[in-house]
Amino acid sequence: MKDQPVLDVRGLWKVFGPKPERAVGSTLSRQELKERTGCVAAVRDVSFTVRPGEVFVVMGLSGSGKSTLVRCLTRLVEPTAGEILFDGADIRQADERRLRELRRHRLAMVFQHFGLLPHRCVLDNVAYGLEIRGSARPERYKRAREVLELVGLTGFENSYPDQLSGGMQQRVGLARALAVDPDLLLFDEPFSALDPLIRREMQNEIIRLHHEVGKTMVFITHDLSEALKLGDRILIMRDGALVQMGTPDEVVGAPADDYVRDFVSDVPRSHVLTLRWIMREALPDEPLDGPELAPDLVIREAVHTVLSADRPVRVVREGELLGVVTSAEILEMIAR
Amino acid sequence: MITLSVPARLPARRYLAGAIVAAWVLGHALLAGRDTLALGGAELTPLHEGVNEAWDTVDDNRNSNPFFLYFVNYIRLILDESVKFVQALISQPSFGRPVPVLGWLGVVALAAAVTYIFGNIRVALLTVAGFVSFGLLGLWAESMDTLALTLTAVAYSLAVGIPLGVWAGLSGRFNRFVTPVLDFMQTMPTFVYLAPLTLFFLIGPASATIATMIYAIPPAIRITAHAIREVSPVTLEASSSLGATSAQSLRHVRLPLARRTIVVGVNQTIMAALSMATIAALIDAPGLGKTVLKALQTLDIGAAFNAGLAIVIMAVVLDRATTAASHRVETQRRTGRLRSVFFRRVEVAVALGIAAVLGYLSYTYVWAAEFPAGANIGSYVRRAADAASVWVQDSLSGFTDALKNVITYGLLNPFESLLAGSPWWLVFAVGVGMAALVGGTRAAIIAAAGLAALIGLGLWQDSMVTLAATLVATILVMALGVATGVWIGRSDRADAVLRPVLDAGQTMPAFVYLVPILGLFGPTRFTAIIAAVVFAAPVAIKLVAEGIRGVPPATVEAARSAGSSSWQLITKVQLPMARGAVALAANQGLIYVLSMVVVGGLVGAGALGYDVVAGFSQHQLRGKGLAAGLAIVVLGIVLDRARVRPRPERTDSG
Repeated sequence: MKDQPVLDVRGLWKVFGPKPERAVGSTLSRQELKERTGCVAAVRDVSFTVRPGEVFVVMGLSGSGKSTLVRCLTRLVEPTAGEILFDGADIRQADERRLRELRRHRLAMVFQHFGLLPHRCVLDNVAYGLEIRGSARPERYKRAREVLELVGLTGFENSYPDQLSGGMQQRVGLARALAVDPDLLLFDEPFSALDPLIRREMQNEIIRLHHEVGKTMVFITHDLSEALKLGDRILIMRDGALVQMGTPDEVVGAPADDYVRDFVSDVPRSHVLTLRWIMREALPDEPLDGPELAPDLVIREAVHTVLSADRPVRVVREGELLGVVTSAEILEMIAR
Repeated sequence: MITLSVPARLPARRYLAGAIVAAWVLGHALLAGRDTLALGGAELTPLHEGVNEAWDTVDDNRNSNPFFLYFVNYIRLILDESVKFVQALISQPSFGRPVPVLGWLGVVALAAAVTYIFGNIRVALLTVAGFVSFGLLGLWAESMDTLALTLTAVAYSLAVGIPLGVWAGLSGRFNRFVTPVLDFMQTMPTFVYLAPLTLFFLIGPASATIATMIYAIPPAIRITAHAIREVSPVTLEASSSLGATSAQSLRHVRLPLARRTIVVGVNQTIMAALSMATIAALIDAPGLGKTVLKALQTLDIGAAFNAGLAIVIMAVVLDRATTAASHRVETQRRTGRLRSVFFRRVEVAVALGIAAVLGYLSYTYVWAAEFPAGANIGSYVRRAADAASVWVQDSLSGFTDALKNVITYGLLNPFESLLAGSPWWLVFAVGVGMAALVGGTRAAIIAAAGLAALIGLGLWQDSMVTLAATLVATILVMALGVATGVWIGRSDRADAVLRPVLDAGQTMPAFVYLVPILGLFGPTRFTAIIAAVVFAAPVAIKLVAEGIRGVPPATVEAARSAGSSSWQLITKVQLPMARGAVALAANQGLIYVLSMVVVGGLVGAGALGYDVVAGFSQHQLRGKGLAAGLAIVVLGIVLDRARVRPRPERTDSG
């Protein structure tokens, strides 16, 4: 498909407790492991790749290990085992200096509780990452102003964090991460502390920014609708282990197990699934001169065409007929 | 019928304790006066003589032994010169001049400028009023001496304490190492380290500075460490995720975020230093403390009150000024710079400019250098205080005598005769038995070792007399603490009225309490007890009040809805639930009382306090004084350790 992945994580483990190496590779359940060794495996044998320009979402309930996972990626939490290849080089092998360089130039993170410096104004907060890597004041202020404009905070340069609303504070956190122009942006549940309206606004903001700056993003969330909305691909975690990885419609349309099925049961499937998921082979006697639609079209958007057509709608990709959809399939899907 | 067997541990313990006390009283009745290990005021044991000789040896070799020559004497020299230098600036004739470099006008102007720049205009005015009143009371030079000693000690304390505090805040290991050391420094009664210090650093400013530092450094380290540790981990993580080195995180995140709390630590350090700087008069530290001490020794209430008033004023000024500084830091943090940078610079320049002009005037002209003698109202204050004391003693004597007699005959004498009049082996057995009952084997071992040490020090009976007074004072402190604490804990109005009084009481140097109490009760051991009670009560009251306030409102509401009366609510819900706080209050009260034992020695309490004080003034008694100081420490350790520890475990994360 696309070129080399930005991030290639292989067999990552993070075990908390005494002599954590012992627990690596164990197949015991979390409970048994805790009883036998006193260790807690927060991340167990997780592998995935993130492609350039992709929004990769890691989703799980609290305690599933997703926040630990994202911290392992920049070694804010030291992984116990595994490889984290970032542009082909293993982050785990980096020494202190190299790690610092990576953090200063290539990776940036946005936190759930913002982590702003309360004693600095917005401009100085955004410029902080540039300041500690040693760029001169005029230069870093110029860059900070650019980024503030990007996130829509122009005019608030001299405000202090506690004068801003939660949503605006998180924009500052976002601007701080963007200011260093990283190759990879990590988000640790950035909108969980915000109220629902602001959260939606910020999600749209992320979508907009992703279009404008095209950064590769790893996004942690416990909110399925957020995951479906933002993610190009979703990794679902449970008790530290990977349960399923796939595109939003794969997760909703073909849950890997009961856990995921339960999870996605409330999702309005017609909003996520595409025609590919409901089309069927054309029957021999069916007329094949109905309207044409693409297989990646979300069902919701096809409803009008299909229901108003008096014959089966053809699902076609590059001139090839993949199948047909009639009002029966649509209604069955919506009624489910 | 089924009888349930209830684990009868508690009642059994209570009966056992009762049995021990009963045996003790019986034993006392039969054996009173035997084996009491009494030692007369001027009598010495071989140990005391040995200490005397060792001390003489140190004195003889002070200038030849390399340890002294190249280490101790240098420290002494540096500290002495530091204090003398500050004194030369503000309090003593210097550099061939008949007056200090800065006269009163200059000092007042400089103090006002500094408090204005770091605080606000209100504390600057308070500072002017306070400093001028030193002159008006006729104590300008003495006040400046105290200020010089305090500021020097504070400067050194902060120079040592803040870096160590930062270290303790960053390193869990260093913190675990330093915490018990600080605990020991703070539970050690303040006066007892004066004597050993003079052994090394002679009497005078150097010893006084070190004594003050020992007392003032713990809050600086503790509060700084706390401030550094409490910095939000989220912010720190954000900082390191951006690639900050630990040095950068310290400089840009930890220190700025900890600044306000560190300023609170500075405030605590200054107050502790002032308190100790006055007490250090016992080892010849210059300043107001000496004036109070002299007046106390000659029972000159008026003079003592006059100087005590100056100490109080200095405490208030220093406290208000540093509190204002910490508020300033807070408002800056909250709202950004209050005004533009330019305006701020002008403001600072003007304040310093005025101070410089007035300072120059005070350097040049006599009228601005020496506080005008005509404006001295000190003699009026002294006479008024004397008159008030006489009047109070005369007209309130019925009341004060009654109080004195009730406590002396009702509590103090029985305790004292029981402890000091029983054979030592009986008291020893009772003490160890009680410790075993209350605190288990470990407590019993500590108690046995401690009591044996008291015998070894040759001061058994004096220790028992002091212990009796300490216990009586602690009982009074707890009676006061529980009654007032419950009141404050339950009533917001009482809290609003009394809390500032308690705060003020805690910031006052310990010496000051003696003066009015001496005025009321004259020089007796009872005066010493009351002084200790007044000194220790605020902390006990506050702790109990905190405990009462800490009881969940839901529980109180539930009890009330079940129909509890106020009395039932207090005795059955609030006090039992605040048990931990009450126990902590008793412990702290005890430590505070014990630290006043030596001060009590100045005003008529005999025993260990007197031994220590006598050791300072009489050459041949200094070995005994040192032993008495140790005995106080031993008492403190036994009382502090030989009990169940109610302190909640701190969960240290990270």
